[in-house]
Amino acid sequence: MATRSKSTIQAHQGRWLHRFAVVTAASTWVLIWAGGLVTSTGSGLSVPDWPLSYGMLMPPMVGGILYEHGHRMVATSVGMLTTVLAIWLWRSEPRQWVRRLGVAALAMVITQGVLGGITVIFLLPTPISVTHATLAQTFFCVVVLLAFATSREWKTAASMTDRGRLSLRTVALIATGTIYLQLILGATVRHTGAALAIPDFPLAFGGLVPPLETAPVAIHFAHRMFALVVLGALGWLVSRIWREHSSDTRFTRPAIVLSCLVVVQVLLGGTIVWTSRAVFPATAHVAMGALLLATSWLLTLRAFIHLTPEAAPSMSSMSVAENRGLS
Amino acid sequence: MIKQVLTVLFTLALVGCGGGEEATTSSPAKSSTPAPPPVDSATAGSIIGTAVLEGDAPEQKTVQMGADPVCAKMHTSPVQTEFVVANADGTLANVFVYVKDGLGGRKFPTPSEAVVLDQNGCTYHPHVFGIMVGQELSVVNSDDTLHNIHAMPEKNPQFNIGQPIKGLTTKKTFELPEVMVPFKCDVHKWMNSYAGVLDHPYFGVTGTTGLFEIGNLPPGDYVVEAWHETLGAQTQNVTVGEKETKEISFSFKASE
Repeated sequence: MATRSKSTIQAHQGRWLHRFAVVTAASTWVLIWAGGLVTSTGSGLSVPDWPLSYGMLMPPMVGGILYEHGHRMVATSVGMLTTVLAIWLWRSEPRQWVRRLGVAALAMVITQGVLGGITVIFLLPTPISVTHATLAQTFFCVVVLLAFATSREWKTAASMTDRGRLSLRTVALIATGTIYLQLILGATVRHTGAALAIPDFPLAFGGLVPPLETAPVAIHFAHRMFALVVLGALGWLVSRIWREHSSDTRFTRPAIVLSCLVVVQVLLGGTIVWTSRAVFPATAHVAMGALLLATSWLLTLRAFIHLTPEAAPSMSSMSVAENRGLS
Repeated sequence: MIKQVLTVLFTLALVGCGGGEEATTSSPAKSSTPAPPPVDSATAGSIIGTAVLEGDAPEQKTVQMGADPVCAKMHTSPVQTEFVVANADGTLANVFVYVKDGLGGRKFPTPSEAVVLDQNGCTYHPHVFGIMVGQELSVVNSDDTLHNIHAMPEKNPQFNIGQPIKGLTTKKTFELPEVMVPFKCDVHKWMNSYAGVLDHPYFGVTGTTGLFEIGNLPPGDYVVEAWHETLGAQTQNVTVGEKETKEISFSFKASE
């Protein structure tokens, strides 16, 4: 009886831990919006000092300070949420890798804060700003993984056979990898001021290939070209899901979301050019990119926990956890 | 303090990597040409003139200061943008005119008085100005709100400083000639200003009448450049004789 109550309490705590991890992940997405707003409004240096703002904890929220200090405030909140999550995982999570991932998330959010400070103090050096943007997406993936790893779906996953010459795991991983690389390219476009280096869309200087004479044009064009690679990878992933898992909503739903998001993302990219980099589309392009990455990452994780490649040893000889490749 | 600590850490990291470039030093070749004589005010001439705008001046927009209510309250009438400030007769203000070439190797003393850049009414005063290398730039906050002063030179080091309190003054100098050094306030995005940094005192800025004057100039052949923030730059060859006042005019075409 006592054991049963204990397991009930643990299950209850587990649900709340999962909810808390979901809130942390959602807050991280809000933080990515806030960070995108700082760049889109050109407010990155409106607060010249760090970690304080004009020597204060709370400066007047006027002009560019609203965006820069607002970003710092949201970042502090996400930092606190991550701290609580890491401690909570450390104290209650039986899986060592999840506990360690919680600590890694905490280390990442601290590093991210310091990078943000360095980028302000050293007047937005491009490599640091791009690293800051890339680490933001990486951290988002980590908290999404933590939120998913603490879910009931993960804990009760039963493996099915993954058919096909390349496993769905591999295809999903390739899709997620291409989106991640595209986000790094996108961050480079933003932080080198190349967003309007090609002034028309979908053509480039009226043609298919622009004169690649300057670095901003080359960076911008690389981002556009790599978008085609991402489209190809996502098309491959979605078609595989439709062919082999059309009745499994765990795969079809994220696939539908991915398909919609990628259309929105391309339109937002075009809108940035058409509106001469208006604040909303420029910021939404960053946030939608993050959502695209997270959705593809979620699909990848689902492929890892629910599917076993056909050539792998039989399920009976291995535990489900071992088959997940993440235990 | 934090910046200093981070700079030391970065430097140590670079030194630790052993990637530091060894500076190649060599003795400067001694010039065989004699140094030009100092400026004799008894024979010095001057260049005076105007900058004019050909075509219709673009309509200036009203600056929206709503992002900071303190700024908005400081003005009873709308503040106009200063991208092109032209009079009805076409004379053009805020043109930086300077001797670009022709002074030889003359050295000029650095003025002891500071150039003041005032943030007043959430706009920079002056909008365009000249300053000599090593001369003190005194940036003053005369507003009841905070400003950041973000200088974006390419040859000199950039800086970004905060002035959260009215009355604060920050002093800066530039070590290298640079035309122009832009300034902006990232808090109030409409605020911008430009400084021409030179190693000589032969520069002027056209005022509201479109006039400029460069005085106490030794006789000689010069290349004079006029720079405008949106209309570009143009040069003229000018010969100034002893005690001569040369009158020139720069004509800028209005953008289509």
